[in-house]
Amino acid sequence: MEQIPILKVGRCLLVSIQFDMHDKLAMALQDDLTQKLVETHARGVMIDISGLDLVDSFIGRMLSNIAAMARVLDAQTVVVGMRPQVAITLVELGLTLPGIQTALDVDRGLALINKLIDEPEGDSGARGAH
Amino acid sequence: MTPSARSVIPALLETHEKMVLASWMESQIAAGSLRSGQIKEDELKDQSQRFLREFVQALKNGEMDDPTAAAWSSVQELLGGVSRSRAVQGFTPSQTATFVFSLKEPLFKLLREEIKDDADKLADEMWTATMLVDKLGLYTTEVFQQSREGIIKRQGQELLELSTPVVQLWDKILALPLIGTLDSERTQTVMENLLNSIVQSGAEIAIIDITGVPTVDTLVAQHLIKTVSAARLMGADCIISGIRPQIAQTIVHLGLQLDVVSKATLADAFALALKRTGQAVSRAQIKPT
Repeated sequence: MEQIPILKVGRCLLVSIQFDMHDKLAMALQDDLTQKLVETHARGVMIDISGLDLVDSFIGRMLSNIAAMARVLDAQTVVVGMRPQVAITLVELGLTLPGIQTALDVDRGLALINKLIDEPEGDSGARGAH
Repeated sequence: MTPSARSVIPALLETHEKMVLASWMESQIAAGSLRSGQIKEDELKDQSQRFLREFVQALKNGEMDDPTAAAWSSVQELLGGVSRSRAVQGFTPSQTATFVFSLKEPLFKLLREEIKDDADKLADEMWTATMLVDKLGLYTTEVFQQSREGIIKRQGQELLELSTPVVQLWDKILALPLIGTLDSERTQTVMENLLNSIVQSGAEIAIIDITGVPTVDTLVAQHLIKTVSAARLMGADCIISGIRPQIAQTIVHLGLQLDVVSKATLADAFALALKRTGQAVSRAQIKPT
């Protein structure tokens, strides 16, 4: 069975989704990720979706769920690498992924996560409005 | 009975081609086809001659009263080409239609001379000729209209691209000056341009300046929010600037929630963007000489 790799980078976990998701895969990812979070004491989760051509409400909900789970385990979630067309589609669908932090690429995502970990409540004015 | 046996027009036109062409040219020039200087006499003559030949050819082997039939395809092609080129050259519709309509005069003259004795036949032939020429004339107008519409559409497209520039103000800071009304189609273009620029330049902050947007209603606000949300999904923050006093009032009266930082002027927004990205612009120290 195919599996989505979860890599530990510094203080955070990097999940790179490269192919279309389905229910089973999403459930497995949530299992693995929460497991890994507990094991490694990571403080951040970065989800790279630059490989996805299409993000629908299902994946949107999965991202929200992962963010919520990570928050319970005291970790920040940042979604990186969304393509312009994907962003436009999501907005047209009315899915603005509230409560999820975003960054342009992995580099920026790491910087953002480190910032969020260091100052958990600060700098929420700009991004935390949603 | 074949069409050519029924009508004498093709035979007449063939024998008197030179004469008809000369007098057709005359009447076209008299109608002012050359006056505006968009087309040379040689070119006009060439077009007229080609048309006349195709016209006779089509008359010989086709339906007399239906210029949409297959036998007329080459005539239509030629006329279409002429109309299109005239639409581009800036002729008016009536000038374009005159090209075909002015053929009536020499044609009728020819018919009158050749069928002097038979009034019935003359009337018949004239009716056939006038119907035919009218239909062809209408066809030119139609093609002319279509090509003009094509031109207008293309210009609209160009205008759309021109009116949605994304400019890089500073490292990691983009500005998007919006001019004119924001409709769905423009929002789409604006959004695509903005998101692609964000990817290209790796910008963190986009300033949307709405100084040039005449009115902000619920729909425009909706479009703005969409653009801001899309940019946020790409990891870029937006600042809206250039909100005029009336627009500030409208936004409040309509009860709109923009959910985004807004500033009165582009300069204020730029200062905030610099601060957010941890950059600063300072006055240069001028050394006393």
